[in-house]
Amino acid sequence: MANILSNVMSKSPWIVHVNCNSCNGCDIELLACLTPIYDAERLGVLNVGTPKQADIMVVTGSVNHKNINMLKNIYEQMPSPKAVVAIGACASTGGVFHNCYNVIGGVDEVVPVDVYVPGCCPRPEAILDGIMQAADILEKKRLDNKG
Amino acid sequence: MIYILKILLVMILSPVAGCLLKGLDRKITARLQHREGPPILQPFYDFLKLISKENIAVSKYQNIFVLIYFMFAAASLLMMFFQMDLLMIICVFTISNVALITAGMSTGSPYSKVGSEREIISMLCYEPVLVFFIVEMYMLTGSFRISSIDHLDKPLIFYMPLAFLSMLYIMLIKFKKSPFDLSSSHHAHQELVKGIMTEFSGPALAVIELTHWYEAIFLLGLMFIFAKQYTLLGLAIAAFTYIFAIIIDNISARLTWQWMLKFTWTVVIELTIVNLLGIYFLNLKAL
Repeated sequence: MANILSNVMSKSPWIVHVNCNSCNGCDIELLACLTPIYDAERLGVLNVGTPKQADIMVVTGSVNHKNINMLKNIYEQMPSPKAVVAIGACASTGGVFHNCYNVIGGVDEVVPVDVYVPGCCPRPEAILDGIMQAADILEKKRLDNKG
Repeated sequence: MIYILKILLVMILSPVAGCLLKGLDRKITARLQHREGPPILQPFYDFLKLISKENIAVSKYQNIFVLIYFMFAAASLLMMFFQMDLLMIICVFTISNVALITAGMSTGSPYSKVGSEREIISMLCYEPVLVFFIVEMYMLTGSFRISSIDHLDKPLIFYMPLAFLSMLYIMLIKFKKSPFDLSSSHHAHQELVKGIMTEFSGPALAVIELTHWYEAIFLLGLMFIFAKQYTLLGLAIAAFTYIFAIIIDNISARLTWQWMLKFTWTVVIELTIVNLLGIYFLNLKAL
């Protein structure tokens, strides 16, 4: 009984998928996680469409002047405790586009990132590993909030 | 004293059974799609997680409607276990659904509004079949009470086979499964941004999940009435209904509300009316 109540957040991480400025390579690998071969649902991961019901925000693509407000808006709509996973090189640091005139940089310019999954694009196993690490960080955040 | 014990037993064991049924649903769906699937207790883990989240509400009144949805659904389940008046039970159950629709409308988000409107259209489809089912039961037994079925010589499904088929059909609408999961997409999780449930988060969503568990047991109880005298046959009918809903959910895509409305009002309700006329003209009285 005690260990059911102690692992609450990490057993059911619901994700919301935000695509800022991505070439869709990382998005396709993320959606591949939900297919039967990699099957994210056996870990309790559900891709919900609304940030109000999500725990983890999974971001692909870099941040530019057009989507900076959108990203902040979606992050603020999520109820706490929440975590952010940056998928791919563009979301982590800006990737190959970090010098472009419109690109501000990686996602951590706007929201606090908990897990970085590097790669261009990372494998679905790596993405799932990143999401599960974010789920453990969520559990720690919940215990910190309580105590 | 025995009543209080029975009430507590129903209120505590039904959500447990409903939670396991939902878990079984997700597991069977996963296996049909050739993948592992979550553990059977996964809805319980989801419920615990949702309770420990922050409550973000868009309007002042949306959570009150969610509470009304929960209380009336639990009340209608209790009334069914105490074998009270079936017409009254359906009225109480309808209040709970209307509370959910109003909750969706009260948030002001366009996605919730469209989800609520689709839920109203679904109600338009299944309410007549439910009412005809109760009327036929009245014509056969002379009373609306569920306890009066015990006096029948044969189970109800014998006298109402077409009504049974219609009820089987509308169970798909009531369980919110494909092909009729119009108001809050069951599998895609993302049509209309979760439809009627878009603006609910944290504890409010946990209460909605809990009510879904109570509702699942209530709907299977409605199918159990078809063979109430023989408990095993009743349980078999209820199990068959649930497995039927899961399998049809997995092999069909979502249909439009126009199709659902047209098909229900031209085919399914006609089936129930034929059954009603059959009982009337053959002057069947099963007392």
